[in-house]
Amino acid sequence: MSAFSAKGYEVKDHNTPQHHHDDHHDDHHGDDHHGPAKGWLRWVVTTNHKDIGTLYLLFSLVMFFVGGAMAMIIRAELFQPGLQLVQPAFFNNMTTMHALVMIFGAVMPAFVGLANWLIPMMIGAPDMALPRMNNMSFWMLVAGITLLFSTLFMGDGLGAGWTMYPPLVLQTKEALPFGIFSVHLLGISSIMGAINIIATITNLRAPGMSLWQMPIFVWTWLITAFLLIAVMPVFAGAVTMLLTDKFFGTSFFSAAGGGDPVLYQHIFWFFGHPEVYILILPTFGIASTIIPVFSRKPLFGYLSMVGATIMIALLSFVVWAHHMFSVGMPISGELFFMWATIAIAIPTAVKVFNWIATMWEGAMTFETPMLFSVGFVVLFTIGGFTGMMMALAPLDFQYHDTYFIVAHFHYVLVPGSIFMIIAATYFWLPKWTGFMYNERIGKLHFWLSAISVNVLFFPQHFLGLAGMPRRIPDYAIQFSDWNMISSIGAFVFGVSQLLFLYVVIDCIRGGTGIKATNEVWDGARQYGGGIVEGLEWTLPSPPPYHTFTEAPEIKSTIPR
Amino acid sequence: MSTQDAYYVPHKATWPVIGTAGLFCMLAGFANFLNGSSTGVFWMFTGLLIFIIMLVGWFTLQSRESEAGTFNGQVGTSYRIGMMWFIFSEIAFFCVFFGTLWYTRNLSVPWLGTGTTKEFLHPLFDGTWPTNGPEKWGQFVAPDDPTKLGTHTEADFEPMGAWGLPFINTLLLLSSGITCTWAHHALIKQNREKLIQWLIATVALGFIFVLCQAVEYHEAYAEGLTLGTGIYGSTFFMLTGFHGFHVCVGAIILSVVLFRSWKGHFTPDNHFAFEAAAWYWHFVDVVWLGLFIFVYLM
Ligand SMILES: [Cu+2]
Repeated sequence: MSAFSAKGYEVKDHNTPQHHHDDHHDDHHGDDHHGPAKGWLRWVVTTNHKDIGTLYLLFSLVMFFVGGAMAMIIRAELFQPGLQLVQPAFFNNMTTMHALVMIFGAVMPAFVGLANWLIPMMIGAPDMALPRMNNMSFWMLVAGITLLFSTLFMGDGLGAGWTMYPPLVLQTKEALPFGIFSVHLLGISSIMGAINIIATITNLRAPGMSLWQMPIFVWTWLITAFLLIAVMPVFAGAVTMLLTDKFFGTSFFSAAGGGDPVLYQHIFWFFGHPEVYILILPTFGIASTIIPVFSRKPLFGYLSMVGATIMIALLSFVVWAHHMFSVGMPISGELFFMWATIAIAIPTAVKVFNWIATMWEGAMTFETPMLFSVGFVVLFTIGGFTGMMMALAPLDFQYHDTYFIVAHFHYVLVPGSIFMIIAATYFWLPKWTGFMYNERIGKLHFWLSAISVNVLFFPQHFLGLAGMPRRIPDYAIQFSDWNMISSIGAFVFGVSQLLFLYVVIDCIRGGTGIKATNEVWDGARQYGGGIVEGLEWTLPSPPPYHTFTEAPEIKSTIPR
Repeated sequence: MSTQDAYYVPHKATWPVIGTAGLFCMLAGFANFLNGSSTGVFWMFTGLLIFIIMLVGWFTLQSRESEAGTFNGQVGTSYRIGMMWFIFSEIAFFCVFFGTLWYTRNLSVPWLGTGTTKEFLHPLFDGTWPTNGPEKWGQFVAPDDPTKLGTHTEADFEPMGAWGLPFINTLLLLSSGITCTWAHHALIKQNREKLIQWLIATVALGFIFVLCQAVEYHEAYAEGLTLGTGIYGSTFFMLTGFHGFHVCVGAIILSVVLFRSWKGHFTPDNHFAFEAAAWYWHFVDVVWLGLFIFVYLM
């Protein structure tokens, strides 16, 4: 990869050749240490990776609470059998919007925000490779989510589920084109973000950092970015066909014209399964960064971690029809997709065992990021096991479209992705803000979340196995007890997240008064960068506006 | 002040947010138009105008920066990586429609023409390609009253032949790929006159292609093949339509490159815009070959 390696950097101090010596000159003085522009407009026109990272992360935090509020409405309605609080159409609207907001508004932007903040610092680059496009991908995200929220004010809104299966979704009224165009904008945003991340990682690594020395978070994001570029256009194509079927008389998904509604499901899940790995791979990278630091041991099996991530990503392209076992498929298809899916357990287990081996005989301490990481390893594995159950085609017929699948994907997404986004926030927040967060409240946040998330989702396994269908606002009375317990868990989990909000705001405002050191965590420099020194921990906390304008030296920390 | 080794990090970008606002306005307007609102078209075109202004402004800025020597080789590499992966995402987008053609033609249409579906819903539908679907073959009629079955036994439209205009179009696009490469060679040899000549030829071939495609669409509609002609019409127009749109975009990009060549912008070792346009053009070319084989020939 030497063709891609850098020579050394220096941030140029001019704007455009035309503006060289005019009014811009005073904010861009002839040194490398100029800070951000003044005023609120700074945030609109910024091209700085740290600013854009902050924008992404704050946007994601807001969406996390908006999507969470929608979940609270759903659980409140399901607290008791019968229809109490909301109309069925609004319930459908909430299930659809909760998923779209959490996936495209909360989790994906959180990862892109972390990538923006961390990848340039981790690889010793001056910024992202394409800084103007970086700005555009953030604003495209805002535009996409705005279109999505506009549908809340149109009749019944979007109510056919986030998967938008035809023919049901084609019954959507005014909201449909807005929902489809919002997917287009979100797709453009993700693709631009992913292209930028790939260009940054392949072209801007500090000299001396080979691909096989990159911090594991950078590796997982490189692979995630590849998945994004490969599958977001597929989703865009699928919803474009929905649009033309509805408004321009095509028959892609209508058997009357020779099309097939099942075709939509094939295309959607060809996007959808890689998409769920887009939601989990950066999580693996975060866990592989945090666990070694608090175990004071190098990551066990760096290369096998990278290899397992690549395996998972490649397999994700050949398993999509495990979402469609009960739809109707030739038996050979059922078997192929079953075995391909089961094969994913192998690289995933490699990861779980590597995390355990990293902790083995380590000098472990349990600060909040580590608590969330250990919680993640245990609870994500439960989600993985139920994933294996879902993969078994004959058994899937029993629990397809029941609360069992709801329990499964919430176990991998909430104590999986969300827990690790929270862990990453606690882990790097002192680096970003320059202050330590409130550790006591952080720990309280962990214990409340870890207990309530199980109260919330574990009973849903029982409900699903007993046959309670998903996405329905009412249920038979034999499901009452577990639903009530699940809802209580949901409310406790929801309220606990306000602690997180408090800790974040308190830390940004320097509420604890404890200044963070450069290294923040004892051992972060040595173990936080994988097999090389963790470069972000060599910088001051908070880091200056422009970092690594000259390429740092890469020091190996692991004798190989 | 600007050393060759510095990676250029621009500050204060205003075009991205303007472009986003334009695209948002355009899509919101389009959605309103589809919902039957009378102001939708206005917002659609306003948004489109803002978007075009952004493209002109942003690319002007980029080319001025490039001419002023702001970018070093490493920045150029970032642009090349960006363009490469953008084209990769475009390939993924076209794969959806090629996949749709393959699936309907080889799987779902034959399924409709066999078994109980056929027997009970549309016994006369034979499930062969090209088809506009079983709707017209007497579906939803009780099987115990065969007198009420529909009488259609074949599709009432003309599928597209391959050896007329489509073949001419293939020759046009393939030769435009060759002229584009000749223009590149001329650029590298610093022969500006040849560069401009071959670029004019490439752009002209591109626009003639679009013209031929328009004539073909006109004929198709005249003979009853429309976007609403079942799955054949859907896949035909979706694939060729998106491709035609990409040819238009590619030809416009090449026109800009032509204009910049005429202004004397490119040098043998600094001509990313030319390369990006050429890559895009070859991509459009390859997609057309796929179309010619899978849509017209087979
Ligand atoms: Cu899946």
